[in-house]
Formats: sequence, C-alpha cells, structure tokens
Amino acid sequence: MARAVSTRRRMFFTAFAWAIAFVIFFPILWTILTSFKTEGDAIELPPKFLFFQWTLENYGIVQERSNYLLFAFNSVVLALGSTIFALLIAIPSAWAMAFAPGKRTKDLLMWMLSTKMMPPVGALIPIYLIFRDFHLLDTRGGIIAVLMLLNLPIIIWMLYTYFKEIPGEILEAARMDGASIGKELLYVLTPMAIPGIASTILLNVILAWNEAFWTLSLTTKDAAPLTQFIASYSSPEGLFWAKLSAASTMAIAPILVLGWFAQKQLVRGLTFGAVK
Amino acid sequence: MATQQTRALGRIAVAPSVIALFLWMIVPLAMTIWFSLLRYNLLDPNPACSPLTPWALTDPANRCLAGASNYYYFLTDPAFFRAIGNSLQLVGWVLAISVIGGILLALLLDQAIFGRNIVRLMIIAPFFVMPTVSALVWKNMMMHPVSGFLAWLFQLFGLQPIDWFAHAPMTAIVIMVAWQWLPFATLILLTALQSLDEEQKEAAEMDGAPPLSYFWHLVLPHLARPITVVILIETIFLLNVFAEIYVTGSGGRAGNMPFLVYQYGLISNDIGGASAGGIIAVILANIVAFFLMRMIGKNLEA
Amino acid sequence: MKPVISGVLGALVFAAMATTALAETKLTIATVNNGDMIRMQGLTADFTKANPDISLEWVTLEENVLREKVTTDIATKGGQFDVLTIGTYEVPIWGKKGWLVPLTTIDEPDDLLPAIRGGLTVDGKLYASPFYGESSMVMYRTDLMNKAGLKMPDAPTWKFIREAADKMTDKANGIYGVCLRGKAGWGENMAFITATSNSFGARWFDENWKPQFDQPEWKATMSYYLDLMNADGPPGASSNGFNENLALFNSGKCGMWIDATVAASFVTNPKDSKVADKVGFALAPDNGLGKRGNWLWAWSLAIPAGSAKIDAAQKFVSWATSRRYTELVASKEGWANVPPGTRKSLYANPEYAKVPFAKMTLDSINSADPTHPTVKPVPYVGVQFVAIPEFAGIATTVGQIFSAALAGEKTLDAALAEAQETTTREMTKAGYIK
Repeated sequence: MARAVSTRRRMFFTAFAWAIAFVIFFPILWTILTSFKTEGDAIELPPKFLFFQWTLENYGIVQERSNYLLFAFNSVVLALGSTIFALLIAIPSAWAMAFAPGKRTKDLLMWMLSTKMMPPVGALIPIYLIFRDFHLLDTRGGIIAVLMLLNLPIIIWMLYTYFKEIPGEILEAARMDGASIGKELLYVLTPMAIPGIASTILLNVILAWNEAFWTLSLTTKDAAPLTQFIASYSSPEGLFWAKLSAASTMAIAPILVLGWFAQKQLVRGLTFGAVK
Repeated sequence: MATQQTRALGRIAVAPSVIALFLWMIVPLAMTIWFSLLRYNLLDPNPACSPLTPWALTDPANRCLAGASNYYYFLTDPAFFRAIGNSLQLVGWVLAISVIGGILLALLLDQAIFGRNIVRLMIIAPFFVMPTVSALVWKNMMMHPVSGFLAWLFQLFGLQPIDWFAHAPMTAIVIMVAWQWLPFATLILLTALQSLDEEQKEAAEMDGAPPLSYFWHLVLPHLARPITVVILIETIFLLNVFAEIYVTGSGGRAGNMPFLVYQYGLISNDIGGASAGGIIAVILANIVAFFLMRMIGKNLEA
Repeated sequence: MKPVISGVLGALVFAAMATTALAETKLTIATVNNGDMIRMQGLTADFTKANPDISLEWVTLEENVLREKVTTDIATKGGQFDVLTIGTYEVPIWGKKGWLVPLTTIDEPDDLLPAIRGGLTVDGKLYASPFYGESSMVMYRTDLMNKAGLKMPDAPTWKFIREAADKMTDKANGIYGVCLRGKAGWGENMAFITATSNSFGARWFDENWKPQFDQPEWKATMSYYLDLMNADGPPGASSNGFNENLALFNSGKCGMWIDATVAASFVTNPKDSKVADKVGFALAPDNGLGKRGNWLWAWSLAIPAGSAKIDAAQKFVSWATSRRYTELVASKEGWANVPPGTRKSLYANPEYAKVPFAKMTLDSINSADPTHPTVKPVPYVGVQFVAIPEFAGIATTVGQIFSAALAGEKTLDAALAEAQETTTREMTKAGYIK
C-alpha cells in the first residue's frame, strides 16, 4: 500500500518536473526546430511542430554568407585562451589568499569583484584608444587580455573557495618533506583541486564565449567570434526567422554541448564552496 | 600556520592579479574621469577637443573643458531616475524569481523522479545561451505580438495576445533575463540540497515532521550559504544587463543604467556625458555592493 | 591540460602569421546586412578578376551595430576599415570634419541623381558614392482598394489615406488599413514622423534652433498619426519598424504601407510576398502645403581618411556604384533586383522602365529636397533628419516618447510637451541655444 502511494507520488512529481523542464527548454527547442523550416513555415500560424518540410537550406545560406568555422574557431581560441591565462595568474593568488591570508584578504576579494561593476560601455572609448595605440584592435591577443581581466575576479573567487576546503595540514606535510612552495602548488595543491579547477574553467569558458560587448566592439574580422557572426543576422530586411534560427543554433550549439557533457563538473564548482 | 616566509610569498603570488586588475580598473577609470570633464562629442565638428589633448586645459576660447556640466546634465536627466529605477527593478525581480523559483525547482528535482538527468539537462540549458541570441529568440519567435509562439498560445485560450515590448517591456526583459538565471540558481541550490545528509532527511521523515517545518528548520538554513552565493553572483551580472534591452529595442522605457550610458555614448556620441554617466554608475554599483555585503556578507564567513 | 595550452599557443602563432603573410592589398569593407549589400558580396568576382592584386574582406553587420562600430572607429582614427557603408546623415557631418576622402574617380558623376548627389556633397566635393538611394512612397493593395470602391490617385492627400484606411480595415479577417513605423529609433519611427511632419508644415527647429514641438503643426502631425494608427493600424504597431511592416505587408495583413521605396522590389517578389501581383504605388501623401511626406536616404560607400589603401578603395567604390555594376546585377538577377535610386541612366533604360515601381521611385526621389525640407525656413539640411551631430541622440529619445504615445502609455499632449522639453535641454547642453 505504502509503495503504491509512493509510486503515484513519484509519477506525479515526474510529470510535473518534466512539464516545467519542457517549458524552460522550449525556446531553445523551438529555435532548433525553426532552423529546419522554410521561411514561410517559420512564420506560419498556427505553428507547425514536427510536420513541416524539413530543410537544411538555411544552414547552407548562413554558411555561404559568413564562414562559420572562422568565427567558431575564434570563439574557441578566445574562450580557452582567456581562461587559461587567467588561471595561470589566478592560481597563485588564490593559493595565497587561502593559505596565507592577511587582514585584508576579504576586502581584496571584494575589491576584485567590484571591478566588474563598471558598465563596460562607460570605458569603451578609453579602451578603444588604448587598443588603437598598442595595435591591439581586432587581434586575438587583445581580446584574450580583456576577457581574462573580465573573468579574473570570478576565477580567483572560485579557486579561493575551493582551496580553502583543502586542509592546510596536507600542505604542511608536503613542506615537511622538503617540497618547495612551487612544487607544493604544482604537485600537491593543483591535483587536489582538479575538480574545482575544472569547473572554474567551464564556467569561464561559458562566460567568455557569451561575452558580447567587448568582443563586438573590439573586433572586426580577424579576431571576430560568434557574437559578431550573430550580429549580422539580427533584423535584416524582412524577418528571416529560419535563417536567424539557424545562425542562433550554430552560435550556441558548441557551448550547449560542452555544457551538457560537463554539467556535473560545472555544478560542483558553481557552489563556490557553499556546499560542504 | 602562515609563517613569515609564506606571508611574503603570498604577497608575491597575489601581486600579478592585483596589479593586472588594478591597471584594468585604474587606467580606464582615470581616462573616463578626464573625459567626463570634457566637452567631447565624437561627431562634434569643432576640431579643437580631442580626448588626449592637454591643451583642452589652456584653450583660450574654453571650448573643451566642460567642468561639472556633464555631471549636471546626466544627474538632471529625467531618464536618469528612470534608469536607476529600472536597474533596481530588474535586479530585484530576477533575484526574487531565480531564488524563490530556484528553491522550489530544486525541491522538486530532489524528489525521486524518472529521468532526472535529462530534466536537469533541459533546465540548465538556458544558462549556456548567448544573451544576444536569447534576446533575438525571445523577441521574435516567442514574444512577437502577431507571429510569435506566445501570441498563438494566448489566442488558443481565447486571450488577447500581449504586445510585450509596447505594453510591458520591463516584464518582458525580466522574463528573458530570469530565464537565463533561474537555471543557474536551480542548479546550485539542487546540488546543495543533495548534499543534505540522507540520514537527516530520513530522520525527519520518520519523526513525521510536517513538511513545512522540515523545510523551514532544516532545509532553509542549509541553503543559506548557496543562496548568498547566488545573490552575489547574479547581482554582479544583473547590474550590467545590456544585450536583452539593446536587441529588443526596449531601452526607451526599460532602459537601465548601462543602457543609458550606452545611449549617451554611442547614440548621441556624447563621450563626455557617457563618461560622467559611467562614473556615476560605478559609484551607485558600489553603494549597492556595500549594502549587499552588509546584509548577506555574514553568510559567506564560516 | 598540456595539449590544450599548446593548441592555444599554436592558434595564436597561426593568427599572427595569417595577418602578415599576405602581400596583396586587402580591403576591409564595413557594410550593412540588407539584401542589396549581401547580393554584392556574391558578385565581387567581377571586380577581383579585373583587379587581381586587391582582395576584399566583408564585415557585415546589423545597421545599428554597424553605425556604432564605424563611428567609434572613424572618430578615434582606429583605421579598422578601408570602405564604409554610411548614410546621408553621416556624410555631411563627417565630410565637414575631414574624416572622409573626397571621391575623384567615380564613374560619370553627372549621371547621379541630383537630389542624392546633393546630399552627399560638402563644399562642392563628393564624399560618398551612392550604392542605392531611396525615398518613401505609398504601397497599397490594389484588390483591397477595389473592394473598398476607391481609386488611389498618383499623388494622394493625407485625408484620402485616412478615408481609404478606414474602409480597408477588416480586423475580423486580420486586415489592417495601414501599416506605419512605430518602433522607436531615429532611423525608424522618427524617419517616418519627421518626413510626415514636413508635409504638415511642421519643423524640428526654427531659425534660432528653438525646438518646435509646442507648435500647432506638430500637434496636427501627431494627432493625425496617432488617430490613424489607433483606428486602422495593426496590433503591436509601436514595435514595428521597416522589417516588421515588410513581413506584415508580405503576408497580406496591410492595406497600405508608407515606407522606403526599396521595399517595392520585395513586396512584388513572388518568392517572398503573398501579395506580389496585387501591389500598387503612389507618391507619399501631402496636405496641400507644397511639401510631401517622403524622405530621402542613400546607403553610400565612403573611404575614411585614415585608410592606407585609398587608391584600391577608390577603385572598389567606383566599381560598386557604377553603371556597369547595375548591368551585372541585371544580367544575373534581373532588372527588378538592381540597386535603385542612384543614376539617371538607370531610369532612362527602357528595360528598367518595365519594372512596375521604377517611375514612382524616381518621382519620389526627385520630389525630396534635403536643402529645403520644410514649409517654413529652417537652419538645417536633411529631410527626415537634421544633419547635426546631436540629432541621432535627441531623435532617439523623442522616438521613444512618440512610440510610447502610440502604445497608449502617454497622451498626445504629454508626449509633445516631453519631446519639447528634452529637445530644448539637449540643444541647450550642446550650445545651440544660448
């Protein structure tokens, strides 16, 4: 008897959860479906869900108009590059904050986060002028530097919360064995924090991939990532929803797939040490 | 445990990021402050005032130095108070929706349900979507008053379709932004819930504790820290929401502070005014951050 | 982790090499994502074959993003682009600043339509070459007009438009008498409203740069516009711009649509339009005051003064805006698809004259006068805009106010008072009003 109730309860929650998940996922699903429609079907009401003329035409046209792979390649380079460089300088800082905290460590952390509060557009002209003078406009290096700096505070914070959970005794034991600080960082701390570092990488790849203001303002073609690719499809003459959907699908697909595969990893890190 | 030596090393280890961030903050900030004192319109046919000219200070006709007038005009702009209001509304509503909705969803997903992994995949997905793409999709395919999916849904139930961006631009923006951040909150809170001791849960169930009191006395305290994290991270990003407002063209009534600064800088090409706006926005954001830390900072200790 | 790092480094090296390896002249062209421009990208083989040492790289962007990027770049002399696609609003301002290279090698400059050429010339020098030109006109459904028992004159009045719209509207069947721009933006609703206001005798500023929204002419303009749209417009009109109205008209939901003449080739194209064989054209309406409510715009190619490749850029601009290019398009895609509104020779061509909207487009362009746009005298040039640097910002704000009025969020009087206040403020700030 008790079992029956629990099964019914389980069915109820299952149905409920699936319904909500479907609603939340629907806009993405709808975009993907629309990308396979003809322009006529895309705007047709009542909407056609599955029974329409499936076509790959839109993807062909989008690719013909702009070389997707070039933009995607830039997105990958910018996202990975900025994250890796940020890690390189963030790991030592986070280590220091976690294991050799001073009186002002908390304030320092908060100050770092506060650098993210300036509306980017307010600093556009200064940054544009600096980029111009250092010949960084439309270079991957320049954008990597900007994305790195944008994400650095979050990276440091995430790593800091991770490192703090590693018992200091282990490091001390390593030091007793004569390990130098560098070795301690590289061989003891980093391996222990691999899950945390992995999720940090993931979150920052996502943030860098989706950053649209600086990537759009500071690149034109050589370093232009997918945000630029999308910018040429928003509101052309006539409403080309099918093509817009195809371009959108292409822009979000890589990160969506990565995110889905790695979501367990990601989620663990996202808790910022809030889960013991 | 920190010895003198590690302290010193610690300073060296922190130095690169502190220096990098300091430069990233101070150089644009200094330039922005300088610009905010200039009469500097990108398209101004008057050639005398270019941004890096020291002679802006000595120009006899005083064509370039604006003094405090950029600040005066920004602060007295009726759009300024609307922008502050919109910024606060946006942050407030999205935080409320994502925290409350996130708790409810996390509780639901914590139940024994079939296919939980797939459900979780579907729920997290919006967080991965580029804000520009999300705005385009919502504006066109979902919320279009004539051909959008929601319009069709409303008609199906015999309702008048809402013309979102004409009559409820703020609501529309909140929906779009919340759609992206609710998954984030849900996932963090779900992970936190799942780390709640199984034994504790079972014990509570055995005791026959009423669900509400179980939630109130056991679950909520356990979630206090993850909720704090959600609020802090989301606030940082929500204060700078821009793509959704820009792409949907709802800056007129739903424009927040970043949008107003954008409007000054890139539509009016008034770099002086935009710089003043940027400085004001930084000050306001830091005030918000200060109060935020006062209110919830304690949860981050421990 | 290691392979990732080396992969990234490899990519960076690759990127560095890619930018230095080419010896030929590479032109970077910033352009807007509309149909004619995208078509040109497919036809450049004709140019590169004749100029094998020049290669072309396109940066195609949505109009607003394009404008912001190009403006930032040229104003800071960033030097990112060699050829820019800009409009008649920017050319006089930028030309005066010396930011653009005077075009000296344009094919047959005397063949350009005078109204368009005038808008791109500063102090006798041509600073941009028109790629396509447009005015605005009435596009209407001949079948619905017949059904209403009316006949559209070639030069209708606003009174007639209202009458026709009332009769054509059939909301039960999803037919709206008139579709007009309502989406906020200086190039969206304000282009239409400003051009319309000219025909109502209104003006943005008097001779002393004093804003005129408190004058009866503006009240007449706005009350006509709001009444018409509330009675006969589609739902959601306050967020409809050119694209949205085009989609509405093409799907058969609009009786009349007053908008850019370039739309004519889209609404008569059976591939995109359900009503392709039922469209008629007429001049933009007037009120008997001597000015019609049509605008003048030309997407034009210009060369920034900072470009290091001016000669190659001149060659490209000349090619893209030449008679030869229109003939190339005609041979590949038919005469209806050539970029319209730039050259007299195109309209003298008997082949092109067969295109149903050719004559009405030419008449519309010829009837616009950017140097004397209004009934009363004004200190500015520009039909649907005021060619001062501050205009885009002011008109964006005013556009937001008028869009809100259309959405019913503000009354007519409140909207006009607010427009007057904000414009006065901005003009005082900019130093026009002492």
